[in-house]
Parts: sequence; structure tokens; C-alpha cells
Amino acid sequence: MKKLISFMPYCIWMALFVVAPTLIVVCFGFLNENYSLTLENILKIGGYFKIIVKSLIFTTIATAVCLIIAYPFSYFLSKVKNNILKKFCIVLITIPMWTNLLLRTYSWMTILEKNGLLNGILKIFNIGPIRIINTPIAIILVMAYDFLPFMIMPIYSAISKIDTNIIEASEDLGANKIKTLKFIILPLSTSGIISGVSIVFVSCACSFLIPRLLGGGSNVLIGELIESQFMGTIYNPWFGSALATFFMFLIVIIMAISNRFKKNETENLVV
Amino acid sequence: MTEKIISKICFFFVFLFLYTPIIIVMIFAFNTTKSKIVFSGFTFKWFFELFKDKAVLCAFFNSLTLGIISCILSTIIGTLASLHITKFKKEKQYFFTNLNYIPIINSDVITGISLMLILKFILNIVNGEFGFFTVLVSHITISMPYVVLTILPKIKSIDPNILDAALDLGCSPLVTLFKVTIPSIAPYLASALIMAFSVSFDDFTVSYFTTGASFQTLPVLIYSMVRRRITPKINALFTLIFILALLILIFVNVLNFDGRNSKKKFSQ
Repeated sequence: MKKLISFMPYCIWMALFVVAPTLIVVCFGFLNENYSLTLENILKIGGYFKIIVKSLIFTTIATAVCLIIAYPFSYFLSKVKNNILKKFCIVLITIPMWTNLLLRTYSWMTILEKNGLLNGILKIFNIGPIRIINTPIAIILVMAYDFLPFMIMPIYSAISKIDTNIIEASEDLGANKIKTLKFIILPLSTSGIISGVSIVFVSCACSFLIPRLLGGGSNVLIGELIESQFMGTIYNPWFGSALATFFMFLIVIIMAISNRFKKNETENLVV
Repeated sequence: MTEKIISKICFFFVFLFLYTPIIIVMIFAFNTTKSKIVFSGFTFKWFFELFKDKAVLCAFFNSLTLGIISCILSTIIGTLASLHITKFKKEKQYFFTNLNYIPIINSDVITGISLMLILKFILNIVNGEFGFFTVLVSHITISMPYVVLTILPKIKSIDPNILDAALDLGCSPLVTLFKVTIPSIAPYLASALIMAFSVSFDDFTVSYFTTGASFQTLPVLIYSMVRRRITPKINALFTLIFILALLILIFVNVLNFDGRNSKKKFSQ
């Protein structure tokens, strides 16, 4: 017992500020103002079906864009032979991860704004001002921008872990580069793709900052909806918690799927 | 040959995409006018104005204090916990690593609102209000999992024979901790500290939900500035924060390099 004293702070902290809050959110989702059990708030989510579908569509497109950019990049990065150059590229990818998300989002505001740089440049070529800010395109673009490094890193580490002997074997046996990529590298890097996709998907789907700053009120997504239940003039933690519960359920499903893929992958490797 | 060209084009566009917005903001931080399109002249005016702004300085100081206190506390608690977790049986280890992942995987907004609800409950009991301590508690909560994630694999990789040797040679467990375990993970302790600091310093969402009207962290202040659109000053602030992040990152890389060296020395 005495031995566990130094372990207690962590346990108490995790119980009080990680487990208990999560349980409170789930409980609140099933309660109403008088603290009696009800499904009213959970059922109310159905009324916001459009916002949820919209969030999921935006998030899916942004995740897909990230993947399309990140995969070839990681593939080529793993092929760089010069170690110093490789290290330098990795540092360049990690710098944005260490800079504030809010500031990175803000940097796009200055470019996409009505009187922003993009319209300024277009004006020189006599192309009329185009409206990008406050449209879905702006939200998706910035989502992809903000979370791209989080997609690149896991994919890159998965590709670079592949045994080069396997790749050489496939080339010796007559497969060209595209075939090797399709049958060897792609299947062996699924774990990286899955973890990258799940990280980016979850972070995009619930971000309230990006739609708030670039959506202009007309493109409310689920994160902003949750936020407005707690911070806005309509204080309704019960409905907000119901939404959060729904979302946590979604995260658990995504994680379960991604874990399953990872297990399969390691099994294949062992065989 | 074609692959090399495609690879170069790919690198070029990815880095262009990642860095164009950042560089543009940094360039316009030195612009003499408030224009976001025309660069009319070079000046440090916005930086001076930033240093004169009491709200910014106060928020910066708040964030710095929070970052330092929360990174020290979370590193201490997280390291002590990691020391115990490595000794547990497999299922128990599995349970704790999964528990540790909850704040990392969970979305910031949900972490923010759940902490806000429990803190409200606690504040009702002790009759306090949202402010420095509530933000500190939430920052420790979000940075501790990263500490455990950094430290745990390193403690696992310490050769148990070395620990046994220390104990056999008559060290008490406490002396072993300070003379063997901690020195062998020291570089990783430093990177855990830096990681925890950066999580705390960069966090906006969780602080937004758990802060009160009387207390502002730097990101929360930036958010209200962005909403009011005071641009050149934010550009200047952006430049400074970017340079700070860059310095921290360079420091970490140098440290990791040293870390690898010292590990080699240790195993020899």
C-alpha cells in the first residue's frame, strides 16, 4: 500500500478530471433541467440531422484531401536518400504542428478575406473578386491545411518502417514500381493510413474554431453547435451533452475500426 | 527519372501549401499600413505597439506562468505514474495506457465542456470562480497523457539488470530512482517537459471553456482579437509566437540528438 502512494496523484487526477467528466457528460445527455431521466435531448439530435450530415461530409472531404496530399508526399519522403535532407523535411513538417492552431487558421483569414490577398492578386488579372471566405470551400481548405501534418507523420512512419528487403524482393521478382507500390507498400502502410485518417477525421469533425472563423455563421457544424449550447446566450448543457455523447460514441466506433485494422495488419506481418 | 521530377513537384507544392500563409502573415507584420494586399514599407511599429499593449503582456505572462507550472506538475505526476505502470501486469498496463489515451483521442471541444461541467460542480462546493486555477487544472489534465506517452516506453526500455545491480549493491529503492532511473531517462524527461509546456501554451479550446471573465490566456486573447479584426498587431504576435515555436523545436532536436548520445554512453 505504501508503495502506491506516489501513484495515487495520477489515479485521483485521472478519476476526477478524465473519467468523472466523461461520465457527467453522458449522464447529462440523458437528463433534463429537473434532473429526471429522459430521452428528450437524445431524440432532439435528430432535428439537427442536416448539421451532422454537413459536418460529416465536410470532414470526409477534408480528410480525403489530406490523404491524397499526404500519401504521395510520405512515399517520396521515405525514398529520399540524403539523411540530412530527410531530417530537414521532417522538421519542416513538424513546425506547423508546434504552432498555434488558432494562428494557422487566422493566417488563411487574411488571405481569403473579401479584401484579402487572394482577391488583391486576382484584381491585377482583372478577375472580379471571388467570395471564398464564409463558404464550404474555405472551411474544407483550412481543415485540410490545419491537420495535414497529422496525416503525414503516421503515414510516413508506417512507410519508413517497411523492411527494404521486401521491396527489393518484389522488384527482383519483376514487379515494376507501380506494382510494388500497389501490392507491397500500400498494404503494409494501412496502419499508418488508418491512424492518420482517424486523427484527422476526429479533429476536423469537432473543430469549432474553423467554421466559426471561416464559416461566417451560415455554415454551422457540430463542434460549433456543441459550443453554442455552453457558451452562447442559449445555455443548454443537457442538449449540448447529448450532442457530445453522440459524438463520443462516433469516436469510439472510429477507434474500434482503426484498432481492428491495426491488429489485422500485425497478424499479416507475423504470417 | 520521371519519379524524381514528380517527387520534386510534390515536395514543392506541399511545402508551398504549408508555408505560404505563415510567410504572408509574417511579411505583413512589418507592413507600415494596415493593408493586407500592398506592402508599402518596412517597420517595427506593430511590434512596439504590441509591447505597449497591457492586455497582451498580461495574457502572455498568464500563459507563461500556466505553461511552466502545469508542465512541471504534469511531468512529476506523469513520471511517477509511469514508474508504477511499468511494474503492473499486462492487463492492468493495457487498462492504464487506454485510460491515458482518452484525453488525447477525445475532441478538444468535448474535453473542454466536460471539464467545464465538473469544474462548475467543484466550484459550487468550494465557492470559487473560474480563473487561473480552473485553467491550470485543465491544462494539467490535457498535458499529462503526453508526458506518460513520452516517458512510459523509455522506462520500459531501461535494462532491468541495471536496476537490480543498483539494488544488489545496496542502494535503497529511492536512491536507485534518483541515481539510476531518472538519469537514464533525463533527456526524455526534458522533452516531456517541453511537450507539456507547448500543449499548455498552444491550447485554445480547453482554456476557452474553463477560463473566467477575469483571466485570459494568450490564445483566448488572440481569439477575441481575431474576432474584432485588429490585424497588423496579430500579425506581429503571430511572428513572435512562430519564432518561439521554432526555437523550442530546434532545442528539442538538439536535445534528442544529445539524448541519443547519452543513451549510447549509458549502454556501453
